[in-house]
Amino acid sequence: MTLSDLAARLELKAFTPVIPLDRPVQGGYASDLLSDVIGHARKDDLWVTLQVHPNIVAVAVLKELAGIVLVGGRVPAEETLAQAAREKVPVLGTSLTTFELAGRLYGMGLRGG
Amino acid sequence: MDAEEVYRDEFPVRGGDFANAGIAARRIKQLLKDMGLDPQTVRRAAIVSYEAEMNVIMYAWEARIALAVSPREVHITVDDRGPGIPDVEQAMTEGYSTATAEMRELGFGAGMGLPNIKKNADVFTIDSAAGRGTRLDIVIRTNGHRT
Repeated sequence: MTLSDLAARLELKAFTPVIPLDRPVQGGYASDLLSDVIGHARKDDLWVTLQVHPNIVAVAVLKELAGIVLVGGRVPAEETLAQAAREKVPVLGTSLTTFELAGRLYGMGLRGG
Repeated sequence: MDAEEVYRDEFPVRGGDFANAGIAARRIKQLLKDMGLDPQTVRRAAIVSYEAEMNVIMYAWEARIALAVSPREVHITVDDRGPGIPDVEQAMTEGYSTATAEMRELGFGAGMGLPNIKKNADVFTIDSAAGRGTRLDIVIRTNGHRT
């Protein structure tokens, strides 16, 4: 499954429209604690979080995550978008809560670690 | 450390510099990747560097992250000038954190930084003195192969 399949089916908003969404997504991880993500997310996971500050991009780059989805209608900070563009990390958004989004992703076949 | 073919580099980190957080770790990761080290080693070194860098940014005044790479191991040393850790054993406990409310709101202070470092190191030593600073010594053994 690619990021663009997921984005289309869940009507995710792309905050970084210039970054292609053709990346494959292998699984998912939901957490708002950066060290938890660093410790447990896997390469090519989609990361579900409510954090919007620039450090989420650094974590995504480090862990080679497929992308970040911001929940609850949250909007990324300007600097987050600038860094995401520089590092080519797709940042998406949804009005769904973490629980709802994780449930739907699971229903579409994605699994956690 | 092997005497042969050692690559050395240094990365300064400033306390409180959240705007540049993660840059040293990213550079270290890219360097190791470019050297063709195995992905597992690169991943472990990246996690160690990131957590150490964030600890400096959150708690210390300044530090130097020193990197030494030989075919057999990646050696990362973090020497900071800072308040030090009064109780190292407590700081090593998963879930224990002295992060402020503001840091926690940003998703830091999970109390997993030092445990994450230890988990990803083959050799880990920590030496801290209250009022002076903290020194971490980390060795990650490579699988000896390069791509």
